[in-house]
Amino acid sequence: MSVDHSPQFFSGNEAIARGAWEAGIHVAAGYPGTPSTEIIENLARYPDVNVEWSTNEKVAFDVAYGASIAGGRALVAMKHVGVNVALDSIMVTAFSGVRGGFVIITADDPGMHSSQNEQDNRCLAKFAKIPMLEPSDSEEARRFTKLAFDISEQFDIPVFLRTTTRTSHSKSLVTPGEQVRNAPKGYRPEPSKHVVPIYGKRWRKNIDDRLAKLEEFAETFPANVVELNSDKLGIITSGISYQYVKEVFPEASVLKLGMIYPLPRKMIRDFCAGVETITVVEELEPFFEEHLRIFGVTNRSGKPVIVGKEKVPSMFELSPDVLRRSLLDEPSPPVFSPEISIPVRPPVLCPGCPHSGVYFALHKLKAVVTGDIGCYTLGALPPFSAIDTTFCMGAGIGNAFGMEKVHGETMQKKLVAVIGDSTFLHSGIAPLIDIVFNKGVTTIVLMDNSTTGMTGHQQHPGMGKTIRDEKTYAIDYEQLLRAIGVRHIDVVDPYDLVGTEAALKDAMSSEEPAVVISRRACVLLEEERAKHHTPYEVLADLCEECDLCLKIGCPALDGSQAVPEISKERCIGCDLCAKLCHFGAIVPVNGGAQ
Amino acid sequence: MNTGQGRNILFSGVGGQGVLLISELVARTAIRAGFDAKKTEVHGAAQRGGSVVSHVRYAPKVYSPLIPAGEADILVSLEKLEGLRWAHYVRAGGTITLNTEERVPASIDGKPVEYPKEIAPFLAGKGFIVRSIDAQAIAIELGNYRAANIVLLGTIADETGIHKDAWTDTMKATLPSRFIDLNLAAFERGMEAAAGPVPARGAGATR
Repeated sequence: MSVDHSPQFFSGNEAIARGAWEAGIHVAAGYPGTPSTEIIENLARYPDVNVEWSTNEKVAFDVAYGASIAGGRALVAMKHVGVNVALDSIMVTAFSGVRGGFVIITADDPGMHSSQNEQDNRCLAKFAKIPMLEPSDSEEARRFTKLAFDISEQFDIPVFLRTTTRTSHSKSLVTPGEQVRNAPKGYRPEPSKHVVPIYGKRWRKNIDDRLAKLEEFAETFPANVVELNSDKLGIITSGISYQYVKEVFPEASVLKLGMIYPLPRKMIRDFCAGVETITVVEELEPFFEEHLRIFGVTNRSGKPVIVGKEKVPSMFELSPDVLRRSLLDEPSPPVFSPEISIPVRPPVLCPGCPHSGVYFALHKLKAVVTGDIGCYTLGALPPFSAIDTTFCMGAGIGNAFGMEKVHGETMQKKLVAVIGDSTFLHSGIAPLIDIVFNKGVTTIVLMDNSTTGMTGHQQHPGMGKTIRDEKTYAIDYEQLLRAIGVRHIDVVDPYDLVGTEAALKDAMSSEEPAVVISRRACVLLEEERAKHHTPYEVLADLCEECDLCLKIGCPALDGSQAVPEISKERCIGCDLCAKLCHFGAIVPVNGGAQ
Repeated sequence: MNTGQGRNILFSGVGGQGVLLISELVARTAIRAGFDAKKTEVHGAAQRGGSVVSHVRYAPKVYSPLIPAGEADILVSLEKLEGLRWAHYVRAGGTITLNTEERVPASIDGKPVEYPKEIAPFLAGKGFIVRSIDAQAIAIELGNYRAANIVLLGTIADETGIHKDAWTDTMKATLPSRFIDLNLAAFERGMEAAAGPVPARGAGATR
């Protein structure tokens, strides 16, 4: 691959991919999840890296870790909650170490822009006894990724690289470097290190010794930087918060931590001892602050005074505005909403979304629906209001079965768990086996739209193609379901509203576990967009203004006037609204003539 | 390096309208003109027809990618209500370009949503320079409604302090070649629309 050294305008995720490539990475794996997705997508553009979308984050971790202990440099990328899925595997690696450099990317989402919860995965570095780096812009994302591989090999330990939504999805200038290309080290069996349940005890002390050495290393690690300025105010920070600090406090002295675990105790103590006010600016948990208090830092006057979470919020994102409000007591910026109403704009299912057909039926059947993670969570909003619960990947099926267990016959025929195809393959199969095994009757709707929709159409094992669109085996869901003991299987086209409702009714009244596969491709897929669609229109003279068509929740259908209006630009001609109209008032534009 | 005065520019709209494309073009043009630049936005759920905002900052040196509220020099909104939503980010006397397109948001509580009326006069009354452009009509005239975002981009070109050549070079280098003539024409029409009678502060809003 040609090396272009001219500065590039990269997102943090593009820069991580670049840095990993420059580090001579051999294997990369991940499962899509905002804000981490583009790391693996961009690595797939480097042909000399073996890259995969894995079935889930734990699988991704195990694959990448296998590559590492076999001697290759490897990376695994996931969002903060993906790390939870992989945590069982992660926890043991402080014992077993690495052979080729191994980097774990955790992309956190302060502010929950696209996540079910907010969690500070810096805490997991301490928990798993694994070092962690955190970049503050794209150039650092590239550079720190390379450094992480070196640290990993030097200390025989995986290294976390933590980003947040703002570092992953901000773009800034990056100066690309050369690729270091090494063949993987040869494989060498080391059962005394890698068969952890038998030999783990002998490595236990080693973990703490290594952390002590890493702390020593952190004292002179060039990514931990002191910027001396005024001795009145000293700020300790890392990641994107550093950029906000530079904007709001240009006069302050700053200790910018590039390695955020373990922390350079002496460096921090010395920095604090040189300033009058010690302030810690960090998003989410008081991670640094707690360490500072344990280190017993004192300021220039020998006082242990630290300004931290009593001022800086511990929830949601920070920003220059938040720092001004919390640390400088500046008033909140004025907003206009008291003077003029500004209605919120929730995300919605797309015009022609196949999920709409399923939710229309579930709403009509008054089903108790446990949901899962994906675009289809939006079925919880009006007009469907069809979902009762959604927690995390793969939870819905087990949740439904638990409800059935508590309420038995009074509830079992109302229960439906909905799950997308990618989520089903990620973590929906095991709970379905549990229902069969334990004689449940819960109904599952497998929403097969032939892609991973929410995160932007990543390949998964049901699609018959790999991350690089190479042809591969596509899961046969019906065969899979039969093999695990599901006998009631129905396949419907969600555009067939009558058929979908009938199949759901049938499945819900069944005396055994039933799976309805709702099969239609996501309308945003390129193959679907390329198809010619004749938009529909509402004929005002036939419209009885009953608003039944609005029950399909289509954003191309504007119901704010008495006679609903269809946006010709946005209508994809799915005809779901036309099917609902009793008066024949919704018809193809120009009678369908092209 | 360009030591000239930079800008903070905010772009807003509804998922799928092309907000991210034009903010990308601004950042790349600023870099071409020798500035440091940063851009930030949020991907994922917000793109399913939700509210989308993208921050672009360029200057000799940029730290925070997020524009502080009240410090945007320019706001371009591809949808009118979204312009209102983010207008408090604009500094006093800053410029707001509103596409006249209205998209009524989905209801979150099942009750009908009241689309605010008189958005442009309201914002003009707050001391912003407000420009309303029917970008979609211009784009359809040019043959493709999807070029509406580039029309809107053209309307701010004169206020960015960056020479027109940098804009056309960036578009040629970034956009698919089969659409380049359409996009250059859309950009030009946007520039013309903005060069028309300059709306005085607090006046000149068309709707």
